[in-house]
Amino acid sequence: MKPFAYHQPDQIPDAAKLLTSIEDSKLVAGGMTLIPTLKQRLANPPALVDLSKLGSLKGITDDGATITIGAMTPHAVVAASKVVQAKIPGLAALASMIGDPAVRSRGTIGGSVANNDPAADYPAGVLGLGATVITSAREIAADKFFLGLFETALEPGEIITAIRFPVPLKAGYAKFKAPASRYALVGVFVAKITDGVRVAVTGAGPGVFRVPPMEAALSGNFDPSAIAAIKIDNDGLTSDIHAEADYRAHLVTVMAKRAVDAALS
Amino acid sequence: MGNVIGIGAAPKRKEDQRFLTGRGNYVSDIKRPGMTSGVFVRSPHGHAVLRGIDKSAALASPGVTAVLTGDDVADDGLGSLPCGWGITDAKGVPMKEPPFPMLAQDKVRFVGDMVAFVIAETPEQANAAAELLKVDYEVLPSVVGVLEAVRPDAPQLFDDVPNNICCDWELGDKAAVETAFKKAAHVAKLSLVNNRLIGNPMEPRAAIAEYEPGTDRFTLWTTSQFPHVVRFLMGALVLNIPQHKLRVVAPDVGGGFGVKQFHYGEEAVITWAAKRVRRPVKWVASRSEGYVSDRHGRDHVTEAELALDETGKFLAFRVNTLANMGGYLSTFGPNIPTNLYGPLLGGVYTTPAIYCNVKVVFTNTVPVDAYRGAGRPEATFVLERIVDVAASEMGIDRVEIRRRNMIPKEAYPYQTPVLVQYDSGDPMGCLDGALVAADVKNFGVRKAASASKGKFRGLGYSTYVEACGLAPSRFAGRLGARGGLYESATVRVHPTGQVTVMIGTHNHGQGHETTFAQIVSDKLGVAFENVDIVFGDTDRVQFGMGTYGSRSLVVGGAALSKATDKVIVKGKKIAAHLLEASEGDIQFEAGKFSVAGTDRIKTFEEIAGAAYVPHNYPLEVLEPGLEEQAYYDPVNFTYPGGCHIAEVEVDPETGTVTLVNYTAVDDVGTVINPMIVEGQLHGGIVQGVGQALFENAVYDEGSGQLLSGSLMDYCMPRADHLPMMKVATHSTLCTHTPMGVKGCGEVGTIGSPAAVINAVVDALSHLGVTHVDMPATPNRIWRLLQNASLPVAAE
Repeated sequence: MKPFAYHQPDQIPDAAKLLTSIEDSKLVAGGMTLIPTLKQRLANPPALVDLSKLGSLKGITDDGATITIGAMTPHAVVAASKVVQAKIPGLAALASMIGDPAVRSRGTIGGSVANNDPAADYPAGVLGLGATVITSAREIAADKFFLGLFETALEPGEIITAIRFPVPLKAGYAKFKAPASRYALVGVFVAKITDGVRVAVTGAGPGVFRVPPMEAALSGNFDPSAIAAIKIDNDGLTSDIHAEADYRAHLVTVMAKRAVDAALS
Repeated sequence: MGNVIGIGAAPKRKEDQRFLTGRGNYVSDIKRPGMTSGVFVRSPHGHAVLRGIDKSAALASPGVTAVLTGDDVADDGLGSLPCGWGITDAKGVPMKEPPFPMLAQDKVRFVGDMVAFVIAETPEQANAAAELLKVDYEVLPSVVGVLEAVRPDAPQLFDDVPNNICCDWELGDKAAVETAFKKAAHVAKLSLVNNRLIGNPMEPRAAIAEYEPGTDRFTLWTTSQFPHVVRFLMGALVLNIPQHKLRVVAPDVGGGFGVKQFHYGEEAVITWAAKRVRRPVKWVASRSEGYVSDRHGRDHVTEAELALDETGKFLAFRVNTLANMGGYLSTFGPNIPTNLYGPLLGGVYTTPAIYCNVKVVFTNTVPVDAYRGAGRPEATFVLERIVDVAASEMGIDRVEIRRRNMIPKEAYPYQTPVLVQYDSGDPMGCLDGALVAADVKNFGVRKAASASKGKFRGLGYSTYVEACGLAPSRFAGRLGARGGLYESATVRVHPTGQVTVMIGTHNHGQGHETTFAQIVSDKLGVAFENVDIVFGDTDRVQFGMGTYGSRSLVVGGAALSKATDKVIVKGKKIAAHLLEASEGDIQFEAGKFSVAGTDRIKTFEEIAGAAYVPHNYPLEVLEPGLEEQAYYDPVNFTYPGGCHIAEVEVDPETGTVTLVNYTAVDDVGTVINPMIVEGQLHGGIVQGVGQALFENAVYDEGSGQLLSGSLMDYCMPRADHLPMMKVATHSTLCTHTPMGVKGCGEVGTIGSPAAVINAVVDALSHLGVTHVDMPATPNRIWRLLQNASLPVAAE
C-alpha cells in the first residue's frame, strides 16, 4: 500500500468538496474493491474520502410505494431488513448472496452501484427494478445510470446518497456464482411492476443489461415457460477461464427462469 | 499427575492450545533487532532474455540498503539450486540438468522467476524501490503446455535441451506388454489430462536470515517442511556455508502440502544477503507472489491402454505420459512423475505386465514438484479411470471387474511387475466395507429420486494403493535419490522423569506433537502431558529429513519407537543394579521396572533420578544419564490403500456437479490417534475433490501469463462444496514398520479424484459420455452435454 491522506467528513458537501479539490482522490464506501486494489499497489490515490461518518447515508426508509436505501447501508443490513424482506424479498435475497459475511458487513449498496463491477449483484437489482439513483446533485434513472464496464453516469464530485426502489408486484433474483470469486458468473433479476416486466442481467457481459425479448414474453405470461426458448446472442458476452460466452448465454436463460420461479414462490 | 494416553486413544491435540488461542510462532511473527525488509522483483514475462538491469533509481530510493541481481550472485561464485534426484533414460543417459540460478542470469523462464532482491528499512520502501528497478527484457514466445513444448518448432528454454525434454524415462517390460496386447480380447484406451494444481497453504512462504560476524554463523528462519535438508542443500551446495555455521529454523508453519518441502531460491538469496548487508533480512510472500513462485503440482497429459482377456482379466497396461516440469528442476521435480508414478501403475490388481514411458518436459511455467500425493494420485487416476472404461466397454460391472483382478489378501507379500513389493493389504475387505458403508444397494432408489428432480446421479469407485513412508534409502538410491531418506529421534528423559523428544520430521498441521507423545506415553508409561516434541530447528534436533511422502509416523515414528526401546533397555540395566537382580529378570510394564515374580519395583521416575544422580549406580559399566537416539531407515515403502466411493448429482441445466455422498474405507495400518487419522483423511479427500471438481492452474499459451493467479480465479474447495463424509479404517498391519503403521497423510488425495470423476462419468454415461477431464467444472460438463445430446436426440 502506498501512502495517502485520509479524510472522514461528516457532511455530504464537505465530502464532495474534498473529492473535487483533491485530484484523483477516491471515495471509500466500504472499500471492498478499493482496499485490495490499494494493497496490491495498483492504485495510488493521494487521498481517501471515507463516507462512513455520514449518518444520513445509512438506513432504510419505507415510503409505501417505494423503499429508499441509504448509500452507506451494508449488504447484511439490507439482507436482514424486515421491510425489504416483506416488500422486495428478491432484493433482500440478492443482498444475502453477495460475497461472504465479512464483505456483507462492510460493503455498501452505494459503493457497489458506484463501482459498477460487471459481475456485481446490485446493478442487476437496481436496473431490474427500475430504481432511481439519488446523488448529491440529482436523481438518475437506472436505465441512464449504468454505462458499461465500471462506467456510470456519475459526474466528478457527485456522490450517491441513496437508491429508491419501486415496490414491485413480484421480483426474484437467481445467481450462478463464479466458483472461486462467488461474484455472479451470471445473475438475473426479474421484476414484475405495474407497467410491465423488467429483466436485468449481470456477470454475463461487460456491464449490466436488460433482455427485451424476455421482458415482452414475461409481460404476457409471467411464468418460466414463457422464456424457456428465448436464447441470448453470445455476441459481446464475456468469455474467460471460468465460462465461455455461449455457456454464459445459456445460463442467462436458465437463471432468468429460476428468477421467475423465485419471484413466484 | 496426568494420565498415560497411549496408542489408539484420541486426546485433543496438544498443539491446538497455542494454535487456537493465537499463540503460535510463525516466521512472519518473528522480529530481529535491526531487521530490514526484502522484496523480490519477479519476471512479468514467461520467457525473455535478460538484457540488463539498471539499479540506479532503485538504489537512490529512500531507505534502500541493497539491490542484488544475478550478476552479484555470479560475482560471488555461488552455486545453482540443486535437484535432489538424478533420473536416467532407458539407455542410462542422465537427465538434462540445466542450472537453476537463485536469481535469474541471462534469461527468465517463467512469470515469477526472480530477477532481483531489493532490501530497505521497511516493506513499503522496499516495494517502492522495487517498482523503480529498470529491467530490460527481450521478450520471447513462451510455451506452457507439454504437448506444445515437445513440438520441433516450440520455443526452446535451454540451448542444450532439445525439444525441451529433460528425460525420456521408462519402466517395465515393454516387450512383454506388446506380446500381451497381441493376445488381448479387448483393449481399452483412454486419453486424459491430469490438471495442474497450486497448493495454497494457509500461511504464505516467508524467511528471515541473520548473520553474526562474531561467530561467523548464519541463522535462517524459514517456512519449511525440512529444515535439515535446507541446511544441507543451501549450505553445502549453494552458498558454501559449513554445516556447523548454519542454523535453519522452521518454527510453526501454517500448512505445507508439499509446497514447503523444497529448497527455494528465496531462502538462499536472503541468507546470502544477510551477510552482505550485515543486518537481518525478512521477506514475507504475498498470496499473489505464492501463486507465481510456490512450486505447482501434477500437470500430465497421458495416453493409456489396458489389455484384457475375454473374462475381463487384465493382461497388460501401457501408459505414455508427458509430465510438465516448469522452467527449472525443483528439489524433487523429476522424481515425482517417474519414480512415484510408474511403480504405482499396478494398483491393487494382478496385472502381470506393465510398461510406462514418461517424457519429462520443460515449459515456461513455475517449476512443478511434489504436491500432496505426488505422482501417486496421477497413477491412481489413470488406472482407476481406465478400469471403468474397460468395464463399460466389455459390459462388466465396475465392482465385478475390480474383484476379478484384485490381489487377494492371501497373496501378500505381492511383487508387482513395476519394482515395488506390497507387504500387506486387503483391498477386497476395504471394497466390501465401503460397499456397505456407502449403501450402494440402495443407490438405484437415490438415482430415481434425483431423476424425478431432473438431475443425473452417479456413483464412482476408486480401489487404490499407494506407496508412502519415503523411503528405503538403498532402493531410493538405485532410483536416483541423491540423499538418504531415513529419520532420527532422540528421547531425552529428564531427571524428574519428564520426556523431551527431538525428532527430524516437521509438524505443520498433522498433529505430530500429539501422536508422537502418545507413542512415548504408551511405551514408557509416562503421562501424556509430560512428553514434549521438539522439531524444526537444526540446533536443537540432531538431524532429520523432514515431513513429506506420508513419512513422519512411518519413518520418524519408527525412529522414535526405536529410541524409546533403547531407553527401556538402559532403564532395565539401572533397575537391575538398584534392585540387585540380573538384567534378564527385569520386566518393564506400565511405567514400572520390576523383578519378575516379586513385588520389588522401581518407577520410571526413580530410574530417571538414579541416572542423573548416580550415587548408587553401576558407573563401571554404564554411563550416567538417560537419553537415547535412533536412526531408522525403512526396509520398504508402506502401502496404504482402500476403497473410496463418491456419489454425485449433476444438474444438466447448468452443468453443476454436486458431491452428495462420500465414503472412504482405508487401510492405514495401526492407528495411533483415530481422531487425527480421520482429520487427515478428511483433508486429503477434500484436496482430491478440489482437483476433481474445482482447481485448475491455467496459463496463457504464448505469453506464459498465469490466468488463475489468485483466490478469485483459482477455486479452492470450501465447506459448502462438501457433504459430511463417511470415513472408516479397515487395517492390515504393515509387516516391516515397528508399530505396523502405514501412514495416512496422502491417502485421501490419492484415492479421491478417480472416485469423483468415475461418479461424474457414471451420471452421464446414459448420454454416451465416456470421460470427463478434471476439473469437472459446470462449463465443461455443459459442453459435454451439448455435444453428447446430439447422438442421443437422433436415436
